[in-house]
Amino acid sequence: MNNKVYNNRAWLLVLPMLVLVAFSAIIPLMTVVNYSVQDVLGPNASFFTGTEWFRTMLNDSELQAAFGRQILFSLIILAIQIPLGIGIALIMPKQGWQASAVLILITLPLLIPWNVVGSIWQIFTRGDIGLMGWGLRELGINYNITRNAGDAWATIILMDVWHWTPLVAMLCYSGLRSIPEAYYQAARIDRASKWAVFRYIQLPKLTNVLVIAVLLRFMHSFMIYAEPFVLTGGGPGSSTTFLTQSLATMAIGQQDLGPSAAFSIIYFLVILLVSWVFYTTIMHLQKDKNSQGGV
Amino acid sequence: MSYQLENTQQGEKYNTIFSKVPAAERRKRHSRSRLRKRLLLGTYIVLLILPLYWLLNMSLQTNSEILGSMTLWPQNLTFDNYIGIFTNPSWYMGYVNSIMYVVMNMIITMLVALPAAYAFSRYKFIGDKHLFFWLLTNLMAPPAVFLLPYFQLYYSVGLFDTHIAVALAHCLFNIPLAIWILEGFMSSVPKEIDETAYIDGYSFPKFFIKIFIPMISSGIGVVLFFLFMFSWVELLLARTLTSTNAQPIGMIMTRTSTASGIDWGTLAAAGMLTIVPGILVVYFVRNHIAKGFALGRT
Amino acid sequence: MAEIILKALAHTYSANPKSPEDYAIRQMEHIWHQGGAYALLGPSGCGKSTLLNIISGLLEPSEGDVLFDGQRVNELPPEERNIAQVFQFPVIYDTMTVFDNLAFPLRNINIPGHRITPKVEEVAEILELTPLLKRKAKGLTADEKQKVSMGRGLVRDDVSAILFDEPLTVIDPQLKWKLRRKLKEIHQRFNITMIYVTHDQLEAATFADKIAVMYEGQVVQFGTPQELFETPAHTFVGYFIGSPGMNILDVRHHAGEVIFADTPLPVPQAFIDAVANANSSNIKIGIRPEFVTVHASKREGALPARKRQVQDLGTYSIVTFELGGETFKARLPEGHPEFADDIYLTFDHDQLGLFVDEYRVEVTA
Repeated sequence: MNNKVYNNRAWLLVLPMLVLVAFSAIIPLMTVVNYSVQDVLGPNASFFTGTEWFRTMLNDSELQAAFGRQILFSLIILAIQIPLGIGIALIMPKQGWQASAVLILITLPLLIPWNVVGSIWQIFTRGDIGLMGWGLRELGINYNITRNAGDAWATIILMDVWHWTPLVAMLCYSGLRSIPEAYYQAARIDRASKWAVFRYIQLPKLTNVLVIAVLLRFMHSFMIYAEPFVLTGGGPGSSTTFLTQSLATMAIGQQDLGPSAAFSIIYFLVILLVSWVFYTTIMHLQKDKNSQGGV
Repeated sequence: MSYQLENTQQGEKYNTIFSKVPAAERRKRHSRSRLRKRLLLGTYIVLLILPLYWLLNMSLQTNSEILGSMTLWPQNLTFDNYIGIFTNPSWYMGYVNSIMYVVMNMIITMLVALPAAYAFSRYKFIGDKHLFFWLLTNLMAPPAVFLLPYFQLYYSVGLFDTHIAVALAHCLFNIPLAIWILEGFMSSVPKEIDETAYIDGYSFPKFFIKIFIPMISSGIGVVLFFLFMFSWVELLLARTLTSTNAQPIGMIMTRTSTASGIDWGTLAAAGMLTIVPGILVVYFVRNHIAKGFALGRT
Repeated sequence: MAEIILKALAHTYSANPKSPEDYAIRQMEHIWHQGGAYALLGPSGCGKSTLLNIISGLLEPSEGDVLFDGQRVNELPPEERNIAQVFQFPVIYDTMTVFDNLAFPLRNINIPGHRITPKVEEVAEILELTPLLKRKAKGLTADEKQKVSMGRGLVRDDVSAILFDEPLTVIDPQLKWKLRRKLKEIHQRFNITMIYVTHDQLEAATFADKIAVMYEGQVVQFGTPQELFETPAHTFVGYFIGSPGMNILDVRHHAGEVIFADTPLPVPQAFIDAVANANSSNIKIGIRPEFVTVHASKREGALPARKRQVQDLGTYSIVTFELGGETFKARLPEGHPEFADDIYLTFDHDQLGLFVDEYRVEVTA
């Protein structure tokens, strides 16, 4: 679509959206910025503190630990979910009633409220009433997520993989479906091996959707809150406390407006930076495709 | 598979058939690989369903059976848990509230996103690229960042604990998502269609409703699916902005689990019921989402 | 180069075919000889793409046999039939360079690099792709991409036949003729069996030595463009070939004459006898517009008709006239006189065709 018309009246179309988003984004954000540079002692007593809160937050060891855990977590699940999602997309049926049935089944985990996801897994992994917990115990494995940080991490990762891989799978499935049959036919005629077909036909066409998948998964994993909170409460200790939980505790629990506001801003900026990188990649790929009239 | 290249340009006779594998063998290999695929997919689906099955299992048992010995399926099947929820307003109102604000959010978002996406798709205007990027940043904004300001904001305008508050709050990430997806679909509709409609005398609203929207119907289906999904599953904001009137079902469930004796059966039944609306939505848009999940940008 | 024989071939897409209409390809016998350039011509939906896919192995026929050099290959997939196929839109591997694209089929069967390079360069030269060899395949124009697709078929020494499924569909009109010439060149140089599917008779006529015209799942005629024009074996061939197509009139025998819509036609006696002896109610006479002579005034043995329109197209004119309630055409060279509304027609007796049940019947004078 390179033939856009220059027309400033388009702003009229955009106005309603702008008003709403301003209400739900700009104003609150301004409030946060406001708080982040002040020390609010009382209803009418507040000092301007500049970057003090930011420095405190950046130096806070607990937050640094939470940040580290968050990065580790996001990287691990990306490493698992992306290949797994591609693999599932490759074996999903392409037509017939089976295609619809598999589609609906696969999307199920995505539609469950996140705290219910946490609850489901909390129940599932208990030794007394949960199938998995009980099963592992019967097999003689010492599995305890409230005492063992390793078990807790493994369970959270498993839960997230269960929860979100379907999104990657669906995106890749959609991307695969857009490949015309003639490509596969030509590859057969060229005697290409299955691996060559994947590498030269499927993977290139999947690049667009994969970037979107990585972007969405990274973002969401970085903001994860309800599921681990319900499952482990952040424990044992603080071994599964991730960034949003730290922030939420600070913001609501402790009511420390300044520090929590500063932390919010830092949090936001980190996500922004990574997302910007992905965004430019997506736009670049999009432009590439449009310029050569894509096939 | 090596192959001896012979000089065949001068019209010499050579072996036409390449294959050394008899037909029966090839068919067997083919069906074996099909079987392998089906098995892998089947295993994945079973593992996927397992935790859900377990929930279903528990929801159909009494608490004493749950806490008693481990049973893989209900020995004494009971619907009491479900009946309890359906007859107790403090439970089922949670569902009603959730559905209400989700539907509100879907409507508001669509009304606002459709014209905006059209503008991004068809026109260049001052600041359009920056606006688009800024929109996407809202998609990536951690709701946690907005907890406190939202709380204060909605309280101060008197919208605290209303459905509309949650609906508006969810617009934070749903509007950018809707615009992003819709813009992708709209851009694949050629501009010539717009121009033809104007030449034929259509006014802009008429063209938009009668011609344009039907052309992007699968995109709209996808968007509605995502809007529903992300609003239905979001808990943090919904919980922060409500207390009694507009309590979402998620909040009611967490309340229950902090009480001293956890009512597992009811909890499980409540959980199962939160999945039902999702299944219905997926079923209705199933044809659209397979195509459109790539957000119109394949 | 292979001789491809289709024996008692038929194909249906439905599970329980009940009538001929359910068949995409109705029972046919056909031989494609080694090294020939053939066209498969027909309107959309006539089954030509189905037939092509059966020949290439992408589709297994529901009945009958496909034989390559005498060997039955029904169940062999395309990769094992040494077939190359070029599709309607260019199919290339975007992430590879043009060179790698062309080398791909050879690399897949483990041919050593030093044998690949000369072959690729040779094919690139023929197709005029040499300056593009190092470029990524993504940025090429449509016709360049289509040439790369063709190149992949040519680069294999063992290719027995190249099948083209309307390959010039996405090409700009001014480049079409260039590519067509290129294909002819390739055929003469490599002497590979080539089968070219199209719905454009001009394309078919310029490319092929012999054209198979398909209609409703049947090859209704297989012959040179000349044969198709002069002696169409089926009314459809008459109607489809030529610009404009043949005039077809429903006739019957009555009182010693051949009658069309209550008007006797000026045809030779042999024809009248043939019509009388025909054992069917579906009898048609065909005459090409080129062989209808239009006279301005009445004369012996001429058929009266009403002129509807005269189109002057430079070197020739098309006269549209009405006869017996139907419209027909005549094609006249330039320099013809002006016509009033009443005109008179004579037919070139040598060029009349008699069709009984749609098929041509020879009339011996």
